[in-house]
Amino acid sequence: MEEKQPPLLKIEGLEASIDETQILKGINLEILPGEVHAVMGRNGSGKSTTAHVLMGHPDYEVTKGKIHLEGNDLLEMEAYERARAGVFLSFQYPHSVPGLQVGNFLRRSVSAIRGEEAAKGPEFRNMLKEGMEQLGLDRSFLSRYVNDGFSGGEKKRFEILQMMLIKPKLAILDETDSGLDIDGIRTVAQGVDSAIRGSNSGALIITHYNRILEHVKPDRIHVLIDGRIVKSGGPELATELEERGYDWIEQELMDNE
Amino acid sequence: MSEDAREAVGDYKAGWHDPENATIRFDFGLSEQVVRDISALKNEPEWMTEIRVKAYHHFMERPMPTWGNMHMLEEIDFDKVCYYLRSSDATEKNWEDVPDDIRNTFDRLGIPEAEQKWLSGVTAQYESEAVYHSIREDLEEQGVIFLDMDSGLREYEAIVKKYFCSVVPFSDNKFSALNTAVWSGGSFIYVPSGVHVEMPVQAYFRINAKNMGQFERTLIIADEGSSVHYVEGCTAPTYSTDSLHSAVVELIALPGAHIRYSTVQNWSANVYNLVTKRGIAHENATIEWIDGNIGSKLTMKYPAVILKGEGAHAEVISVAYSGKGQHQDAGAKIHHLASNTTSKILSKSISKNGGRGSYRGMVTVSPKAENCKVNVVCDALLLDEDSRSDTYPTMEVGNSGARCEHEASVSKVSDDQLFYLMSRGHSEEEALALIVNGFFEPFTRELPMEYAVELNQLMALEMEGSIG
Repeated sequence: MEEKQPPLLKIEGLEASIDETQILKGINLEILPGEVHAVMGRNGSGKSTTAHVLMGHPDYEVTKGKIHLEGNDLLEMEAYERARAGVFLSFQYPHSVPGLQVGNFLRRSVSAIRGEEAAKGPEFRNMLKEGMEQLGLDRSFLSRYVNDGFSGGEKKRFEILQMMLIKPKLAILDETDSGLDIDGIRTVAQGVDSAIRGSNSGALIITHYNRILEHVKPDRIHVLIDGRIVKSGGPELATELEERGYDWIEQELMDNE
Repeated sequence: MSEDAREAVGDYKAGWHDPENATIRFDFGLSEQVVRDISALKNEPEWMTEIRVKAYHHFMERPMPTWGNMHMLEEIDFDKVCYYLRSSDATEKNWEDVPDDIRNTFDRLGIPEAEQKWLSGVTAQYESEAVYHSIREDLEEQGVIFLDMDSGLREYEAIVKKYFCSVVPFSDNKFSALNTAVWSGGSFIYVPSGVHVEMPVQAYFRINAKNMGQFERTLIIADEGSSVHYVEGCTAPTYSTDSLHSAVVELIALPGAHIRYSTVQNWSANVYNLVTKRGIAHENATIEWIDGNIGSKLTMKYPAVILKGEGAHAEVISVAYSGKGQHQDAGAKIHHLASNTTSKILSKSISKNGGRGSYRGMVTVSPKAENCKVNVVCDALLLDEDSRSDTYPTMEVGNSGARCEHEASVSKVSDDQLFYLMSRGHSEEEALALIVNGFFEPFTRELPMEYAVELNQLMALEMEGSIG
């Protein structure tokens, strides 16, 4: 008898609103260790809200449902506790912190999440060096201020660098591919692969393009329309969406009703 | 963000006090006799007694400033201040010889440790007098003079007479008059031509007694082509009644000299800090004021530079933190009197829990001063809705060839910025401390590393309990 693997992330009937407007209307999703899932949908379908609610943004109110990471109730935790529990969000629009140097910030963040020991010594320095080389970031990058005056591409690369050093259990990538050229997307995809594949971690890629998915090869694709996952499938679904758009899914939905 | 969970002074680390063991203590209140008694006690030359008495009368006649924080200024009761208090009869050269309780205080503040590690010299003032003083022998051999001001007057009367009140006349303002009347302690520094004092010299000022007035007087002369970095720190116990700190600092940078004067002011929240600081920069000399104001009830302080010689340069980099019940009215004054002089002012203030930060600045360029450059940047960061930030910049430019730049910004910590940092494992308080320390970074990077670390820890402490 094959024993069923417990899920890394389990979302059940999640409903959430902002300023009393309901955005998420009942999301169900399960990610197993080692899996990469993608959530696709048009602008305004609730993709970014899903990412923010998972990370615990205080502006969003969860009105119903559950989120568990390795069996732990995320809704009981503040954002920083979720980060320490293993959730990572690569922001679509990362905020700048003038005066806070990248190198200092990386050390402090790794220390806060993985413990002080993980943020010092040659092992950390090597990982940092390798990560920066892989992402094409110059050494001088470390003394710049966090996201201050970064180009769009630099911001996204910096998010991925953080992910590589923090080694999250669940990486959520919110539109990380937007604003990146094809080389950038390939680099990011490699970053995701090296962080997730062959480990017990998982990733949730939020995007409305197929491009990144050609490089990351997700295990499952979910289509989000109006705050609900209306269709799930294998990687072929992404190709189909690329070719046919979202209208046919909406048509299917209407036909079924 | 929500309101403070702690009292304004609850986390002030230097707020303890020792039992008061005065060897000489004057009664509360000020009169001509008190002024004469202080001078007599110090066996001063006649001319100094005369300046003191003149300054006293000027102080009595001079009205309070009608700007800054008039309401808080009016609350000062000059009859309830102790104008002179001596706790130790000698200025010692070895820490072991300093009376135990006083030495313990400076031990707790980490002064002897800092001296061993990274300073060229130290003076420690407790109430009205220096209790400890030392300078590295190699500097003494090069002719560097570093003394407490009273010893300076005794041993180098001619130099003191030449420069005392030459940069800040006693009639400059009400509090410079008060200081000149009752001054005691402070530092006297002379650096000979061409000598570079590599490591900073430090003065530490501690008020221990209740209702104490501390009036130190500092005079620094850097002779041609020399350089020196002077660092001062200060703390006081937390009492329910107010103390008064009113210093005067005069800097003279002779041609080609470089003086940097760094302050980390961390008085307890019951101290009035009303200080006059001014320097004169001669040809190609540089004066820098690095001025951090974290503590006190009311600070009114505008470090000034008179650019008297051609090619002189002035820099004033200041930060101010105003918490509950605090008003930091700080800024800078630069006077461009000569051609090709340049100045830079960077002022950063943070206000929290109803605290108030004001930038008050004045830059003048005289008509004869050609080709001057002025750069002024003021940034304010508000941590909540109750706090306040004001900017009072004045520029009087009499020469059309001057290049003047002025930028000002007021920002607030946003929830999105906090959320970004929290998503990286930092609690809300830690996130706030990262933002605040980042905001102060252009200041802290100018400080010796030990001070920068201390300031960052201080600010992290101020952020504790600031989130409900």
